Amino acid sequence: MSSRGQAASRKTGKTRKTASVNNFVVKFANVNGSGSASANNLFAKAIFRMGIPVSPHNIFPSNIQGLPTWYEVRVNDKGFLGRREGVDLMVAVNEQTIVRDIESVVPDGFVLYDSSKALRPIRKDVNFLPIPLKDICLREFQHPGQRQLFQNIVYVGALAAFLDIDFEILTGMISEQFRGKEKLILPNVHALELGYHYARDHFDCPLPIRLRPSRKARGKILMDGNTAIGLGCVYGGATVASWYPLTPSTSVVEAYGKYCKRLRIDPGTGKRKFAIVQAEDELAAIGIAIGAGWNGARAFTASSGPGVSLMQEFLGLAYFAEVPVVLFNIQRVGPSTGMPTRTQQGDLLSCAFASHGDTRQVLLFPSTPKECFEFAAAAFDIADRLQTPVIVMSDLELGMNEHVCDPLEWDDAGGYDRGKVLGGEQLEQMEKYGRYLDVDGDGIPWRTLPGAHPERGSYFTRGSSHDAMAAYTEDGDVYAEVMDRLARKFAGAGKVLPEPEIQADGASRGMIYFGTTAGAIPEAQHKFAKRGVRLDTLRIRSYPFHDAVSRFIGEHETVYVIEQNRDAQLKSLLKIDCGANDEKMRSVLSYNGVVISADQIQAAILADLPEAPEQEQASA
Amino acid sequence: MSYIVKPQFHHPQLRKNDLGYTRRDYEGTLTTLCGGCGHDSISAAIIHAVHEMSLAPHQLAKVSGIGCSSKIPSYFLERSHGFNSVHGRMPSIATGANLANRELYYLGISGDGDTASIGLGQFCHIVRRRINMLYIVANNGTYGLTKGQLSATADLGSKTKSGEESQYDNIDLVSLAIDLGASFVARSFSGDKEQLVPLIQAGLSHRGFALIDVISPCVTFNNTPLSAHGYKNTWENNVVLSEIDFVPMRREITARYSAGKDKEITLHDGSVIHLHKTGTGYDPGNRENALLHVNEYKKQGKIATGLLYINQDQSDFHELADTVNKPFNRLNEHDLCPGGEVLADINETFM
Repeated sequence: MSSRGQAASRKTGKTRKTASVNNFVVKFANVNGSGSASANNLFAKAIFRMGIPVSPHNIFPSNIQGLPTWYEVRVNDKGFLGRREGVDLMVAVNEQTIVRDIESVVPDGFVLYDSSKALRPIRKDVNFLPIPLKDICLREFQHPGQRQLFQNIVYVGALAAFLDIDFEILTGMISEQFRGKEKLILPNVHALELGYHYARDHFDCPLPIRLRPSRKARGKILMDGNTAIGLGCVYGGATVASWYPLTPSTSVVEAYGKYCKRLRIDPGTGKRKFAIVQAEDELAAIGIAIGAGWNGARAFTASSGPGVSLMQEFLGLAYFAEVPVVLFNIQRVGPSTGMPTRTQQGDLLSCAFASHGDTRQVLLFPSTPKECFEFAAAAFDIADRLQTPVIVMSDLELGMNEHVCDPLEWDDAGGYDRGKVLGGEQLEQMEKYGRYLDVDGDGIPWRTLPGAHPERGSYFTRGSSHDAMAAYTEDGDVYAEVMDRLARKFAGAGKVLPEPEIQADGASRGMIYFGTTAGAIPEAQHKFAKRGVRLDTLRIRSYPFHDAVSRFIGEHETVYVIEQNRDAQLKSLLKIDCGANDEKMRSVLSYNGVVISADQIQAAILADLPEAPEQEQASA
Repeated sequence: MSYIVKPQFHHPQLRKNDLGYTRRDYEGTLTTLCGGCGHDSISAAIIHAVHEMSLAPHQLAKVSGIGCSSKIPSYFLERSHGFNSVHGRMPSIATGANLANRELYYLGISGDGDTASIGLGQFCHIVRRRINMLYIVANNGTYGLTKGQLSATADLGSKTKSGEESQYDNIDLVSLAIDLGASFVARSFSGDKEQLVPLIQAGLSHRGFALIDVISPCVTFNNTPLSAHGYKNTWENNVVLSEIDFVPMRREITARYSAGKDKEITLHDGSVIHLHKTGTGYDPGNRENALLHVNEYKKQGKIATGLLYINQDQSDFHELADTVNKPFNRLNEHDLCPGGEVLADINETFM
């Protein structure tokens, strides 16, 4: 069809009947590398600045330029910001995918497209919003780059009219973005206005799906998890970052570097209180962090599945030789290269047991950017206290997408816990020092740093079997003693690890979840409540598991473990460590590369319930 | 593992250095290597060198990889912290340790398998990163602990005890290091302590990355007349390109050192390297010349030894990274944490 004259929501035409305020999904279908990312981000952030809860998601290819990329923005005034199926408004500006993109729109939904080129009719049950983006930009702008880039800004301007975005917020953001490059402000604002006026002149604005300023997101921040981790490393006192670039972990070290350049410059000398090494590979990246940790600096590396696989041997060394180190695993879809730009919680088992032999690693599971910040900083205390690697298990969903959360907080009275480190003076007072002597009975020995004392406290760190005095040994009983002490240390780790978050109200069924499945839980609970299904919940925040996890499993007849991998890895770990019997443990799994939705959780659990659940009451 | 406890007895009049320590204070546990192993001579040379320099043992940290070579840090400098890490990955441990505390001396010990095969990548990159350390390769052309396989430094045509002949060209660590920008590159022979001791001292004092490739025969698996890395071949084909004496900083220059000297090189810390007249007229200050000589002698089946290349003015990692002088491991929360008020401002930028 010709786009002309067929648009259902033209001023003369009919409009969608059901209005929806602050509750819809807008999806942008773009071509990677076309400059759409900053325009789409402008759109999402403007909604956030209107005080409305919003959750933007990048669904991007492993590609620099040319392949399809999507940006999905859910707006929900109740604060349900997990993924929701269905698209209410599609900005379909990628010809490669436009047919499928239009098919994914809900009936009676909207499609904004570039009408500079005719569109073949494919659906009658959606409303088309044709805007000649290319023609407008060819007419209005001279520079070839601007003619391309500003098509994105024009559609954001049009969306402002369609959805009732506060136009002043948009222009204010443009001014902020180009502070120092003032020449760019005017053409950007012009592009916004072109779209805005075109929409107002040709369609009934706003649409039935629209925004209204809210207070729900006031006082919150919109931040991605990797930025929060980078900042947490600055606050946690990390001075050494070693890494190898790998999506989706790259922005962790980039954020760390960005904040260090602002916050870690010695005022007297202008010199840096940090060092970043882009290593030759992930083996070197973790090795450098371990070398620095051994020598008393707080050090970290950030990676994802393929890189973490390469680090396995070193993780075993750090576990056995008891060297503090922090690793951020921003998980992506494996195995192998898998889907490198999609999300998964697939490294749980490989990280819990990382390396050969009997190893157990401490894991932290943040769910929000705020927790990314807090856990990143805390990871250095935990690693120092326990003298062992700490792996912070984030994922692409949390790391690379922006999330609405409470502002970050820091307690200035807190202070770092550097763990059990003996200085020169303490060594001077001691009669006998043994690196691996369990003098306090908690399985955690005292360490010394190179250079501490001219004659005392030196020892030889090694991955080969050693006795309490750090001497090499092939005595099997001595080896077993060391392994038993390491197990005691691990078992007692809970004292310094984040506790699970429990919401229990005596229900017979429970849900255990962690990390980014958390986004869908409040909405799932809302849906269950409407059907009269009651479920207690427990969110795991660390491994080894606290005792409360075993208790929770024990107190419920059925426990649903919600996770984003094929093999029910958390469930396996719970069975191994909490003695949970197979019968009561059920899995709700999602592993298609996108974050789990409330509908998926609801469908899986309702299907498993023995009795037919009550019919859904009238929707709110 | 040593079942024999090392005797504590020593001569009452052992010479003390400026710190009041005897050589005993720089020793380690008893060696567990084969009798006659070149690596034990390297340990002895290190003890000799560090004692003579009056370096406080706790001011040095030892790092190593895996293999016969990497065991030897147990056998010297017991009062220094040591880290016997993972096969081929000592350079990364050394890098991290050096970043954490720039004030210590770092002595890396590796072997030819550890450096030229499994760890070749890490070796190349630590050279590029200019980490301030002395990296010694105890190079015997064979894998001893796994019983005598050829290594990547075994020369073409070299034969091990089992008769296995090297069919491939070898990796020459000295040429590689010079090519990659190492600022101090030497080759020596475990059997030539006179040459090795001053090279160790100079390498430790040098600011930046220093490599000494030490031919260190494996008496058990690779010391036949047909082994390029055996004693016989090394003695017969060793060509000393440059001979040095080393004068630690703040030490008076004695007549013994100045006799026959050709050139002085003052290191960053004030120590001095004296180059002897060897008749070769070799200038270790020229990188291209160094590569030319090493390769020329190699073609003739000869082994060029001595200080092969030095650039005493190259910046090290910390200078390039512009880090503070105070070691990172002594920075505390006050130095490192921006605090709650700054965080409130950061929050604003995400609203």
